[in-house]
Amino acid sequence: MQFVIYLSFATMSLAMVIIFIRLIIGPTLPDRVVALELLASVIVAMIGAYAIYTDTSSFIDVAIVAALTAFLAAIGFARFLERGGPRDD
Amino acid sequence: MIDWIIKLLMLSSSVFILLAAIGVLRLPDLLTRMHASTKAGALGITLMMIAASFHFFDSVVMAKSFAVIIFILITAPIAAHAIGRAGYFVGIPVWDKTVKDELRNCYDPDSHRLMSGLETEEELELYRQNLDYKPRIRVKSKDKDK
Repeated sequence: MQFVIYLSFATMSLAMVIIFIRLIIGPTLPDRVVALELLASVIVAMIGAYAIYTDTSSFIDVAIVAALTAFLAAIGFARFLERGGPRDD
Repeated sequence: MIDWIIKLLMLSSSVFILLAAIGVLRLPDLLTRMHASTKAGALGITLMMIAASFHFFDSVVMAKSFAVIIFILITAPIAAHAIGRAGYFVGIPVWDKTVKDELRNCYDPDSHRLMSGLETEEELELYRQNLDYKPRIRVKSKDKDK
């Protein structure tokens, strides 16, 4: 069990590194917003894995809050993009 | 037995998340990247939360993890829709092998008007008369396009 948890942590960390590459090179601002949203998804899944790892069920609450803030951030960025004036990526 | 199910769910969740990350890195434009990130990411979170509810096997934890799943399944399409709409309106480049772009002839980026293509002649005339109507949403200036 321990090995599988470590393996899934490693896989998700690799995914985070890959998402960070897209976050840095992303040619336009919407690309970066998509990368940030996926990063928040990875964080929610990582919190779930950490709850299993430490056997503490209270971390699921943290996952709920992380998902909520990620959704609000995505909606806010979308409104900002639509309403914002001329911008320079 | 339940241990093996938890292991399988955790591994498949992390593999789906890795696939979403690879898709975000490798796919050519914004809309295809969103296609990769939204669905695979939501599936990864869903599998991980099912694994957590199997691991604790407690009614409170099950309710919480199902709340997370329902929340993700509701909000992921909404966020993807909002970002895709905003991205199209600010004029992101679309992949050059795109087969279908139904908004190309209907959307006017200068006045930020979206036509359905079914307008009658009077409505089009009214639209032409009000071309200098100030749009509620400003878009990127033309000279930055090149």
